[in-house]
Amino acid sequence: MLIFRHEDGTKIASPEQMQIWMKQTMDWIGGIAAQNKFVVGNGLPMDDSRIVWHNNVVTNGPFGEIKETIGGYIIVRADTIDEAVGFAKGCPILQGDGNSVEVRKIASKDGGH
Amino acid sequence: MQHQQLIPHLFRSEYRKIVSVLAKRFGFDHLATAEDIASDTFLTAAQTWALKGLPENPTAWLYHVAANKAKNHVQRDLLFKGKISKDIQHELSTAGGIPPDDTVDLSPQSIDDSQLQMMFAICHPSISPEAQIGLSLRILCGFGIDEIADAFLTNRETINKRLFRARERLREEKIPIELPSPADIDSRLETVLTTIYLLFNEGYYSISNDTTLRKDFCLEAIRLCHMLTDNPSTDKPPVNALLALMCFHASRFEARIDSKGEIVLYDDQDTSLWNAELIGRGAHYLHRSTNTDRLSRYHLEATIAFWSTQKTDSHEKWENILQLYNRLLQFHYTPIAALNRTYALAKANGNRAAIGEAEKLRLTDNHFYFALLGELYTDIDHSRALEHFRQALTLAKTPADRHAIQRKIDQF
Repeated sequence: MLIFRHEDGTKIASPEQMQIWMKQTMDWIGGIAAQNKFVVGNGLPMDDSRIVWHNNVVTNGPFGEIKETIGGYIIVRADTIDEAVGFAKGCPILQGDGNSVEVRKIASKDGGH
Repeated sequence: MQHQQLIPHLFRSEYRKIVSVLAKRFGFDHLATAEDIASDTFLTAAQTWALKGLPENPTAWLYHVAANKAKNHVQRDLLFKGKISKDIQHELSTAGGIPPDDTVDLSPQSIDDSQLQMMFAICHPSISPEAQIGLSLRILCGFGIDEIADAFLTNRETINKRLFRARERLREEKIPIELPSPADIDSRLETVLTTIYLLFNEGYYSISNDTTLRKDFCLEAIRLCHMLTDNPSTDKPPVNALLALMCFHASRFEARIDSKGEIVLYDDQDTSLWNAELIGRGAHYLHRSTNTDRLSRYHLEATIAFWSTQKTDSHEKWENILQLYNRLLQFHYTPIAALNRTYALAKANGNRAAIGEAEKLRLTDNHFYFALLGELYTDIDHSRALEHFRQALTLAKTPADRHAIQRKIDQF
């Protein structure tokens, strides 16, 4: 799983710039899918989000104001962690200084990886 | 029309209807019997019409004779074996004899219903796609065994065996000839649509030399899909999208095959031969398919096919096609879609950007892969382009493909 951490783009960029990023992201995902390595993915919009805390305290947020906010993820079929890192390196959000893509394994159902 | 010409024509249009109605009546246990009775009806027609001339209404004559033959068969079977399905026996004993036209209902409504139900029964997930196509060609489309064998580049015996096994399977699985319940219809439609699309592709991309037959396959696939859009319970968005897709592809029939029967590549086609009426019909069904928030692969493929009917070479066109392929590949990967996506990427983002993406595909047993790389390297790296085209030539399987690649090489 590749987890994108970045600021909320809608707060720092023009709609035109957003559109360029969107195309780059779609082309990047399309490139992975064209290798038959794409499983699933989703963008996670920041608006109308909530955090549920201990004791069921609910607050608004996160607001996407820090570069650690999760903005989306994709799941890829990779034989090794290095292959997944290779996919992650092409991710357009890495153009932003401080943004990151976290590469994580998904535990398989039998408890292995 | 004389009976010599009329019979093959009627066979194509009426055989499938008679088989569907009879099979619906008898169940899959007696599918072969239904097919025999239908074939026998045409044999009787050929003999009788040759002696006595054409009847006033040949279709009604066929239905009448088929109904009688079916009735006789049931009676004989009851007498000698006494074991056709119990409900028929029961009906017969309570009715005290078979009323002449009650046994087999060949009314237009019954024919339409039976054919639609038969389509769902044949396209059942329990039998292989190959067998589904074979049975569809025979039972839903009325193609002869020789024609089916020709399309699959094999012989009668192989096709007969394949159909026999498929019939056995339908019988063993006790597949009912009926429409699925409303709750199941979407998932069952998926299999039906896959088979219709495969049938279309069999005609569109087949390497058989019989171009008329190939076109007939495509038209039959379109007709089957029409049967689904004509019925309210199956007139669903993906069905309309598939119909649109096939109309768009079919619009290039005349342009994509030259007088020698060879494939003409898209870029070299005479666009005045594109069929505007089919493009218009495609647009109509594409529009009807948008009444949903769940897009199917057919929606994406139909929209790509729509852009392919636009003659412009604009950036907008290629950017749209690229994004459609990006989405299509996310939920339905095929090597050919991956290659087409990379071609669109080159058109939208430039050849240099596309080369890196192309080389990641590693479809090294596919001649289209090397032909694409050859295309992308042309004007960038002469010797590499040539090298890729030569590789493509060694992998190409059909004379038409080899010919097209050789022409590229000759241009260097």
